[in-house]
Amino acid sequence: MTAQPGNDAFVVFDHVQKSYDGQTLVVKDLNLSIGKGEFLTMLGPSGSGKTTCLMMLAGFETATHGEILLDGKNINDVPPHKRGIGMVFQNYALFPHMTVGENLSFPLEVRGMSKSEREERVTRALDMVQMGKFKNRRPAQLSGGQQQRIALARALVFDPKLVLMDEPLGALDKQLREHMQFEIKALHDRLGITVVYVTHDQGEALTMSDRIAVFNDGRIQQLAPPPSLYEQPENSFVAGFIGENNALRGTIQELQGDKALVRLTNGELIDATAVNIRERGQETTVSIRPERVEFKPELMPRDAHTIEAKVRDVVYMGDILRARLCVAGQDDFVMKYRNTLGQVKLSPGQSIRIGWHPEDARALDPV
Amino acid sequence: MSNPLDPHAAIVTEAAGLDQGGMLRTADGQPLAKALARSSRRARRRAFFLVLPLLAFVLLTFVLPIGQMLMRSVKNDGFSAYMPQLSAWFEANPDVTEPDDAAWAALAADLEASAKDRTIGIVGTRINYEIPGTRSLFTSAGRKARGGIEPPYREAMLDMDEEWGDPKLWGVMRQASDPYTANFYLAAMDRTRDEAGNIVLAPEEQRIYLHLFLRTFWLSLIITGTTFLLGFPIAHLLATLPMRQSNLLMILVLLPFWTSLLVRTTAWMVLLQQQGVVNDVFVWLGLIGDGQRLQMIYNQTGTIIAMTHILLPFMILPLYSVMRTINPSYVRAARSLGATSWTAFRRIYFPQTLPGLGAGALLVFILAVGYYITPALVGGSSGQLISNLIAMHMTQTLNWSMAAALAAMLLGGVLILYWVYDRLVGIDNLKLG
Ligand SMILES: Nc1ncnc2c1ncn2[C@@H]1O[C@H](COP(=O)(O)OP(=O)(O)OP(=O)(O)O)[C@@H](O)[C@H]1O
Ligand SMILES: [Mg+2]
Repeated sequence: MTAQPGNDAFVVFDHVQKSYDGQTLVVKDLNLSIGKGEFLTMLGPSGSGKTTCLMMLAGFETATHGEILLDGKNINDVPPHKRGIGMVFQNYALFPHMTVGENLSFPLEVRGMSKSEREERVTRALDMVQMGKFKNRRPAQLSGGQQQRIALARALVFDPKLVLMDEPLGALDKQLREHMQFEIKALHDRLGITVVYVTHDQGEALTMSDRIAVFNDGRIQQLAPPPSLYEQPENSFVAGFIGENNALRGTIQELQGDKALVRLTNGELIDATAVNIRERGQETTVSIRPERVEFKPELMPRDAHTIEAKVRDVVYMGDILRARLCVAGQDDFVMKYRNTLGQVKLSPGQSIRIGWHPEDARALDPV
Repeated sequence: MSNPLDPHAAIVTEAAGLDQGGMLRTADGQPLAKALARSSRRARRRAFFLVLPLLAFVLLTFVLPIGQMLMRSVKNDGFSAYMPQLSAWFEANPDVTEPDDAAWAALAADLEASAKDRTIGIVGTRINYEIPGTRSLFTSAGRKARGGIEPPYREAMLDMDEEWGDPKLWGVMRQASDPYTANFYLAAMDRTRDEAGNIVLAPEEQRIYLHLFLRTFWLSLIITGTTFLLGFPIAHLLATLPMRQSNLLMILVLLPFWTSLLVRTTAWMVLLQQQGVVNDVFVWLGLIGDGQRLQMIYNQTGTIIAMTHILLPFMILPLYSVMRTINPSYVRAARSLGATSWTAFRRIYFPQTLPGLGAGALLVFILAVGYYITPALVGGSSGQLISNLIAMHMTQTLNWSMAAALAAMLLGGVLILYWVYDRLVGIDNLKLG
């Protein structure tokens, strides 16, 4: 992947590398271009280098190699306070010795704004996050969610064009988190700002982002909008990391264009779409989403291969049923099907035949 | 709360039942406050027994002796206990300034008795506190009185020494006949009483204490300032360096604690004296000529330098412990909001270190105000502090009442400062670790 700085590329990472200790690269050749007004999420497991990338963008870490461009200008040597980037920290970093109002007016003061203008902007920013009444409280007197809002308001009060958020909702409970996701997204749409958002909650990434950059091991594994990330993962890591996934190991038996026939370890044959497969005989991992697995013959494509599966258990989950199956010697194969009136009842020990549309089975690199 | 979007604005449900009167009650109907008090009483009693040994120890070894010492500053019965008849006469004749025959008789009888008991020295010492040089008057009178004094007593006494007729002596004896006196406090403030008992300034050459108190507070202030200037950057470094380096640095900071105070102070003598290392280096560098070697020890400079060094850890440690808890993301947040590093330091970082700074400053100041060994060794005469004078009264002049009065005033001064600090900063903002 290389960055293609299009006309509207607002932030560009160009062959950026970062090492803290001079021995290992924490960020290995990062190329990423973020459009103006885009909501881009960096998603990845712990230690994959997300925060490091964000800190390089904010100016708190220097890139060991490569360039970072903001609005077309190289910012490698611009100190953090001159970058004009709003930032929301994971622990909010609200100044404990100042009131909410003083916290918000701080960025305006250092910009030399007049008192009246500061007042007006602070009030506006607080109203924006529905916290107008809390102006005179100290951060310690606020709940986690309220602090979150204030941190958001403070990062936005000086009208930055770019806002960075490092796991801003990590400390909140599930309900509040979902609510804040909605609010942040609404603010983003309303203000037209560019947001770079870091999380390791994939649900959060999928619901909020325009595009998601999946990080692992210091590299972007895939950069795509949420639907294609989920439905068309480009490698086994992304397939396994985003959503629930079944991975079947096998070798390529036949390859025609992107149509592949895969022989599983127990000798059975399945159809799949070749993604990063180059030749016959290659080892592969086939990835299939649990909700795309069919077990009723009438729902499967007519000439597709089906394979034998043994039901191990069925979990009732309300809207859906989740069956754990033993397929090709692997007993962690999951199938989800809707809980409709008159749905077929599966019971443990039962043998069924399962199949899928070849597009839903993606032959990826072996793990 | 009327914020419709805030899921945290949940209604608080009452766990305990509310009765008609609005008083909270437990499930079985007892008032909640009473039940709570009973349940916490046990825990309190146990806590009390746990600290009891320490409490007893502190009472016996700390509170009682200090109380007794403070008592000495207002009570001295060196005269009243051993001159009972004269003391009784003073009490019976409160307004008579000219001693009558009865007074002279009482004096002679008391002198005779106390000379026999060999307590005349104590009496002399007590009067000597007020009129220097009078101790010998009593002891020589005692020697002569051992053989008995014949009436008329007035003439017999004046025969021994003209000074017995001095009205000032009689005024002092009248004051000393009351075991309780504020005179030591007056003396500690460079005040004395004239013959009529009015409080007046002591003679010029005897005014030493106020000056010394001022110097003690002033030097302590300077030392607090220098420890702050030197300690703040070190504490910051300690708090921000990676663990390994900061541990090493911490050992260096604590090193002075592990060396004897005396060794450290002597080391400063070696360094700072006129033929010492520092002066040698200055001369060698050509900063000063060989004839103009600096006097850096046995004066105030010596006291300031040596005490700054010794008290530095007491500033660094509280500062460090507070700085370590300051999340670096605060400064980062300030920088990302547009503050230069200096503004971020001044507006965000520094205010958050204040609890540690307050604790360190208070600690250093209080320790410095009472410091004794170092000024005694390196202070010369201009670098002596009030505690050196207290020690002198304890060990040389044996005027323990004076020592106690000076110590009590020192304690009072520190308590006042503590109170001011509490009003300005708030004691609950104090962080020692
Ligand atoms: N200041 C630092 N000094 C040395 N190594 C660091 C430093 N900061 C991060 N690292 C290392 O760099 C790697 C990436 O860290 P980073 O904080 O970017 O991960 P992350 O993706 O943000 O993880 P998380 O989801 O846990 O926050 C980790 O292996 C980490 O140990
Ligand atoms: Mg991180």
